[in-house]
Amino acid sequence: MTWVTKTLNSTLGRKLIMALTGLFLILFLTGHVSGNLLLFKGDGGQAFNMYAKFMTTNPAVKLLSYLTYISVIGHIVYSIFLTQHNKSARPVSYSTSNGSSNSAWSSRNMGVLGTIILIFLVVHLQGFWAKMHWGEIPMVTYEGEEYKNLYLIVSEAFKQVWLVALYVVSMIFLGFHLSHGFASAFQTLGLNHKKYSPAIKAVGMVYCILVPALFAAMPLYIHFTSYTK
Amino acid sequence: MKLTLKIWRQKNAADKGGFATYVADHVSKDMSFLEMLDVLNDQLTEKGEDPVHFDHDCREGICGMCSLYINGKPHGPQQTTTCQLHMRSFSDGETITIEPWRAKAFPVVKDLVVNRSAFDRIIQAGGYVSVNTGGVPDANEIPIPKTVADLAMDAAQCIGCGACVAACKNASAMLFTSAKVSQLALLPQGQVERKTRAEKMVAQMDAEGFGACTNTGACEAECPKGISITNIARMNREYFSAVASSDNM
Repeated sequence: MTWVTKTLNSTLGRKLIMALTGLFLILFLTGHVSGNLLLFKGDGGQAFNMYAKFMTTNPAVKLLSYLTYISVIGHIVYSIFLTQHNKSARPVSYSTSNGSSNSAWSSRNMGVLGTIILIFLVVHLQGFWAKMHWGEIPMVTYEGEEYKNLYLIVSEAFKQVWLVALYVVSMIFLGFHLSHGFASAFQTLGLNHKKYSPAIKAVGMVYCILVPALFAAMPLYIHFTSYTK
Repeated sequence: MKLTLKIWRQKNAADKGGFATYVADHVSKDMSFLEMLDVLNDQLTEKGEDPVHFDHDCREGICGMCSLYINGKPHGPQQTTTCQLHMRSFSDGETITIEPWRAKAFPVVKDLVVNRSAFDRIIQAGGYVSVNTGGVPDANEIPIPKTVADLAMDAAQCIGCGACVAACKNASAMLFTSAKVSQLALLPQGQVERKTRAEKMVAQMDAEGFGACTNTGACEAECPKGISITNIARMNREYFSAVASSDNM
């Protein structure tokens, strides 16, 4: 297996892992945002709770969720390797540097953006994912079948202004992270072609605005509708 | 023009170094940047001080010898080599900060001179083609489509100055290495060593201590020869397909 480890330890191999895990996490985000649109249904959370049960019990989804955990961990671990390597490549820094004249801010600060997203992720997983898996959740019955009432947990949580604010701000950081990451992953995979690259960049720009905006709309929607009840 | 120059002075590789400030008076707008430094060095020599050491050779923008990180950008404010940069790009009374290329793989030799032989070792690792000895081959003996020849020529424009490394926040040499890998991978003459070349040049690039690529595009924006980062994508393709299919374990 020497050639495999050698490849994955090269700068290009490490970038390959960042790109592949990043793209898988983009797929995950797409699924996550689509499913959670059920929060907007206004049915007291029935569709959302049924969907949550499906997502935690279906074996195919289980497999996907393990891939997601691996991708998150891989993306973080390899970003640490790469950042350390990149920092060591310039031991003495410039006294004057004009980075904004040749590159986008988000592209130069992916590590900072990623760290903020990681902090958000810890809060987010602790609040909902961990509760759903191991916490005590009140049950609700639809058509004779029992479901965990995750919707209740979500709607109670988003009554707190600070949590809503945290979610909205974090989604802005996610948007900036994706604004570089989406197209960058394709470039790393070697997919740069005059026929397709403009389309990849365009889709990336739409994606990095649309998906975080939809995510941010969820806590805002739940928070403001809670006043009307 | 009257200018204040903040120049990095460092006696040798072991010296810590620091900035020294000089005033350049009576600078003409038509001077090249290096001529402006020549005048400064004449004045320093007359005063019995050590002149500022900097790399230069052809002064025609084709050899890749000049460097200098000027006001936070490699080769200064214009997308050209430092020798082709003129003082009209600066304004009267301006303070100009001049630093050497900063990278672990480009150690400072003295003042603004850095050792760029890491690039030579990357080329030695695989940036060559096998040729038959004997008579001179006929022109156009090997058919190459014009579009492919153009792409190879675009990549071959790289003069190896190292501005890509200097501009990159990671001090990565991907643009340089990819230009050399691309130039040869595109042409029929480069097919013999194609896989081994990609593997060995990337391995040497890593061994020299250059950083990885974050796809910021800073290298492309600063390259005096306009080398495109599509070459980096091509190198990635070359490398990944090479390690997956070559006989090298």
